[in-house]
Amino acid sequence: MKINNVILQAVTKIAVFIILTLAVYLFLSGHNSPGGGFIGGLVLATAFVLLFIVFDIETVQKAIPFDFKRVAALGAFLAVGTGFGSLLFGEPFLSQSFGYFDLPIFGKTELATVTIFEAGVALVVVGVVVTIILSISEDV
Amino acid sequence: MNNILVLPMVIPVLAGILLIFLRPYIKTQRWISLGVMIANIGISIYILNRIQSEGILRLDFGGWEPPFGILFVADSFSAILVLTTSIVTAVCLLYSFSSIGKAHENMFFYSFVNFLVAGVNGSFLTGDLFNLYVCFEIMLLASYVLIALGGKKIQLKESVKYVAINVLSSWFFLIGIAYLYGTVGTLNMAHLSERIAESGQTPILTVISILFLVVFSLKSGLLLYYWLPGSYSAPPTAVAALFGALLTKVGIYAMFRVFTLIFYHEPGITHTIIGVLAGLTLIGGSIGAIAYKDLRQIVSYNVVIAVGFILVGLAVLTPEAIEGSIYYLMHDMLVKGLLFLIAGTMITLTGMTNIDYMSGLIRNYPFLGWMFFIVMLSLTGIPPFSGFIGKVLVGQGTVDAGAYILLALAFLSSIFVLYSLLRVFLNCFWGETIISEEDEIPMKKGWLIPCVLLTLATIGLGLGAESVAIYVSDAANTLLNPNIYIDAVLHD
Repeated sequence: MKINNVILQAVTKIAVFIILTLAVYLFLSGHNSPGGGFIGGLVLATAFVLLFIVFDIETVQKAIPFDFKRVAALGAFLAVGTGFGSLLFGEPFLSQSFGYFDLPIFGKTELATVTIFEAGVALVVVGVVVTIILSISEDV
Repeated sequence: MNNILVLPMVIPVLAGILLIFLRPYIKTQRWISLGVMIANIGISIYILNRIQSEGILRLDFGGWEPPFGILFVADSFSAILVLTTSIVTAVCLLYSFSSIGKAHENMFFYSFVNFLVAGVNGSFLTGDLFNLYVCFEIMLLASYVLIALGGKKIQLKESVKYVAINVLSSWFFLIGIAYLYGTVGTLNMAHLSERIAESGQTPILTVISILFLVVFSLKSGLLLYYWLPGSYSAPPTAVAALFGALLTKVGIYAMFRVFTLIFYHEPGITHTIIGVLAGLTLIGGSIGAIAYKDLRQIVSYNVVIAVGFILVGLAVLTPEAIEGSIYYLMHDMLVKGLLFLIAGTMITLTGMTNIDYMSGLIRNYPFLGWMFFIVMLSLTGIPPFSGFIGKVLVGQGTVDAGAYILLALAFLSSIFVLYSLLRVFLNCFWGETIISEEDEIPMKKGWLIPCVLLTLATIGLGLGAESVAIYVSDAANTLLNPNIYIDAVLHD
């Protein structure tokens, strides 16, 4: 039986952007206020899961052709890599640093190396959650 | 700054992640994994030698000073174990190249071996109790995958048991950590030790210490070993060898660390309990080792006996006994790896697990037979092999402490080890040859070379005991004098 879910699909197309924006906001606010890579990643993953539920898996995978296992691996590599990066500067493993820069649009902005670490965490969360959801859906 | 301390854990992690991207290139995966282990051997030898000249090394992650941050601490005990782990893993990898099969290699087998080693090395090196828990979990998660990979019926059955028992013990571990943090207010091991020394080991702390004892007993198979023989006989040979050589030893390490550094004020209670448990483990393991005819079960019960034997050293807590335990720990990691590899090879060659149905293998595979003989002598503690020095020192320690029951049990267990393995030797290698030359499965070089390497290692450790003596006595000295450890971590 084919269910007509035009309304759901139309709403989702908008809602996904709101969710993604929230995810990016949470991710960026992370290291000083509530939020961070883990939560940002989870919210990001919910956007994907919503897409998978509303449209079917094949359509979404055609649009987003990632192997999510590799996304998770890339994230883990990034996160461990930032720890390793501090070795290159002769600092203890996992040292973080930050600085203030004048960027064209944003003005004075704080840029921190912990953001790279958080990006790794976010990718791991997205990769793992989507992989779990996809493998459950394959079983059914 | 001692960034080198983190490398034995981080290099395998990075390599493991990298191998996920290299999934189709199995040859590359093999050589990267082996390269990582060989690099770890080099790094741990370097760390070990630096400890001798500079004392205990520590690395504060992110520059956060103890007791506020998490840190890695390397004393001789940790470094020796990291070194032995790297050697055993390198050999097991070498064995897996020609035995594990494409299906495993394609399903991230090498990644998970790397993660397992990262967890094991992290557990040995960490100086923080919660971090120890995290490293345990890394190791266990990798081991869950390795035990279930392959999906045979027996593997699924045993992995359910294995996962259930380990989740339960991890939960106890977490509760223990929470109690301890609630009582003492810190989780840095050196800081814990200092605070408990100040306040005295009150009854509540002794109770918490017994909770930790239960946790580590479950992990190392001290008395609570009923899950062990089944789980260790389910996975493929190379994985079983890794498990038999490494996993229980991490539990033993944690027990040594916690009961010499943190909870050492009430030996009348805690160490007596350890002694009783070790004695019962020796009895149970010995009965198990002679009760079964399944080769894998016999070998697994030999792991149990060794756990009991090593913890006799911790129970009596004299310098000789601790040294003996450390020697025996190194020896046991090497030789249990070898024993599992040889047993697995025998099973692959004959296609059978029951020792009654194997016979006369020495005519078909003379080299394998003589290596089995050497393992047997080494495990029993016959000089010049590596088991001898450990057994003598533990024996001397028990005599000094007047623990004659443990002494008797420890040495009776050696006889049971000898009997159980001699029975295997007589049944499987002697007697009428039943495999004709046409049916004989040719011995692969890839199976034999790893066994030869470990045999050489046990002979080398036996003959070269003198050259590792400085490291072992330094390790024992640090274990018996917690102040050395505390000073290196907190008052530097």
